[in-house]
Amino acid sequence: MKRRSFLTSTVLSAVASIAFSSVAFAENPVLKIGFVGVTSGPAAAWGTSNQRSMETRAAWINETGGVTIGDTTYDVEIVSFDDQKDPKRAIAGMEKMAQEGIHYVVGPNVDDGAAAVRPVAEQNGIMYFPYAFPKELYTAPASNAILGMVASYQSGPAIYKYLMDNNGVKKVAFVAANESDPLSQRDSGSAAAKALGLEVVSDSVTYQVDTTDFTPVLLPVLQTQPDLLVLSGVAPAAAPQLIRSARELGYTGLISTETAQDAGVLMEGAGELANGFISVGGASTPELASDTMREFVDRYTKMFGEYNDESNTKVYALEYILETLKANPAGIADVEAFKTTMDGFEAPNPYMVGDAKLKYVGMTSFGQKRQVSVPLVVNTFKDGAFETLFVAQVD
Amino acid sequence: MEQIIANGLYLGAQYALIALGLTLIFSLMNVLNFAHGQMYVLGGFVTYTFVAQLKLPFIVGLLASAVVLAVVGALVEKFLFRPVIRKSRREEGTMLLAAGIAFFLDAVILLVFGEKQRGVPKIVNGVFNWDFRLVMPYDRILIGVLAIAAIVGFILYMQYSRTGRAMRALAQDRVAAQLMGVDVDRYSMIGFALGAMLAGVVGGLLVTITGINLGMGGPTSIKAFMMIMIGGAGVISGAIAGGFILGMMESIGLSVLAAYGDITYLVIFASLMVFLAFRPQGLMGKPWG
Repeated sequence: MKRRSFLTSTVLSAVASIAFSSVAFAENPVLKIGFVGVTSGPAAAWGTSNQRSMETRAAWINETGGVTIGDTTYDVEIVSFDDQKDPKRAIAGMEKMAQEGIHYVVGPNVDDGAAAVRPVAEQNGIMYFPYAFPKELYTAPASNAILGMVASYQSGPAIYKYLMDNNGVKKVAFVAANESDPLSQRDSGSAAAKALGLEVVSDSVTYQVDTTDFTPVLLPVLQTQPDLLVLSGVAPAAAPQLIRSARELGYTGLISTETAQDAGVLMEGAGELANGFISVGGASTPELASDTMREFVDRYTKMFGEYNDESNTKVYALEYILETLKANPAGIADVEAFKTTMDGFEAPNPYMVGDAKLKYVGMTSFGQKRQVSVPLVVNTFKDGAFETLFVAQVD
Repeated sequence: MEQIIANGLYLGAQYALIALGLTLIFSLMNVLNFAHGQMYVLGGFVTYTFVAQLKLPFIVGLLASAVVLAVVGALVEKFLFRPVIRKSRREEGTMLLAAGIAFFLDAVILLVFGEKQRGVPKIVNGVFNWDFRLVMPYDRILIGVLAIAAIVGFILYMQYSRTGRAMRALAQDRVAAQLMGVDVDRYSMIGFALGAMLAGVVGGLLVTITGINLGMGGPTSIKAFMMIMIGGAGVISGAIAGGFILGMMESIGLSVLAAYGDITYLVIFASLMVFLAFRPQGLMGKPWG
């Protein structure tokens, strides 16, 4: 009897807690925002930092009462889908978002996935924020994709020019993984370097995505004696090993990439050999980060145990979606209204000090505003942390 | 040329050690362990946890990887493979189970250790540099020597220990070994544990050089299968030969074919197809003994 009453009370209390938690959650209507990207495999860090940034921000918003758009206050719910860096799965993910009635999706993280989901997004009225660089996604007649970061063809030339002027770089070599994103970034980087008058001494060496020993890969590249070694589109998992192998082979020149990296991963994988490594970061260097950014980092760390520096950039997409919807609430159900609002949209950037603004850019690169304006922060790694090398703006 | 040979030998030593565990399990149980790569990854993460997180000496981390993976291997054999082998009359059953375990371990590793690339500090600093003709960091030399020592130790164990002899008997003829009093269940479990332990040891050794991340499991399994296909499935000497051949082919290809793009593995796969057409059992493809 005792056992039976214990079971009954346990079941009742469980049902009650679920019911009450549902009631608590259902105080505000829910605004679903999607994420389709890679959260498993070697590139998992890219998508996971996206997803966790969104979840951290959503939890923060919900904890402080929700986000008010028009006359309604919403709780934000993040609906995630791991595409495993596979275009077929990315399509399935975008279809799932359409089935759930979601109009705003962050991702995918790579070129082929972003290109693959385009028809699904356009047919189902979905605006999506890829972290992928093919220009045809952002130039007319395409209009549903918004680039969520600074593209390599925007950051690369800025980095090379800086290093030419300040470090006397004359010869540059490129090495890339044998897959679409790194190869396209290598090609655009090589073209930009040549346009700047740099001598490209090597740009044909590639490596398998699953390579773990880069010494044989780098040997022919370093024999060309470049002043700058560019790791085009390098995944966070491969960057420390490439840097370490290059340094151990006696290379003393500069090493850079146009992708975002994580300081902890670099420190663990390459230690002091990574000192001087140049990469593209976000807005949380001590000089640029606002109190809001610091609180975001703190909340992220508490929620997931460890911060990922890539989230310095990934924090922005959700903010852009919500702020644009606040500017025009009709966008919640009608992405055409969202698109119209984008042209004149401007709001304070909560993650940077000073009077930085959230606004859409991209006229120069795409002929229309289909890129979020995030600062182009170029970092250099030193003793386990990033230091700001220079900051620029993109349009 | 000296550099290419040194790179090939270093790669070959680690590849051979990975292939040994896989071929041992195959020879004893006729199981293609698709989760071998994930066991390697798990071994790397265990060493990482002990060395980088708990700040214990590297050797403690390596031993922990060996013990944890041996226990995981024993449990997987006893509670998963043994009942499936007993009940299933088709070989696909164990293949599906192995693939399922691979996915399961991937998910567990993601949950427990996260998505990031992990690494531990170098265990030996400095680089051996012979006039830039041969450049090899001391830690690679050490890991290569340790891998070769582990291979030699494994061969001696299989050759001269009572357990090794029992496992060789099992591999030669399961029924005959049983009739001669060999406890098939016991030695299958020990063999699986030993195979998993080898995967864990390689993961632990290489986390100091290559680091470790959750995506390394699948490609590692594929390379291990290639090695045992080259050498002959179920043959210890074949796995060692396959490892060194693959390591040398990779090193030569990456240097000689670099100017033509990333075609090294294309050439390796094409060569393997031609080779298998003429010798489908691999170089030494016959049971032990």
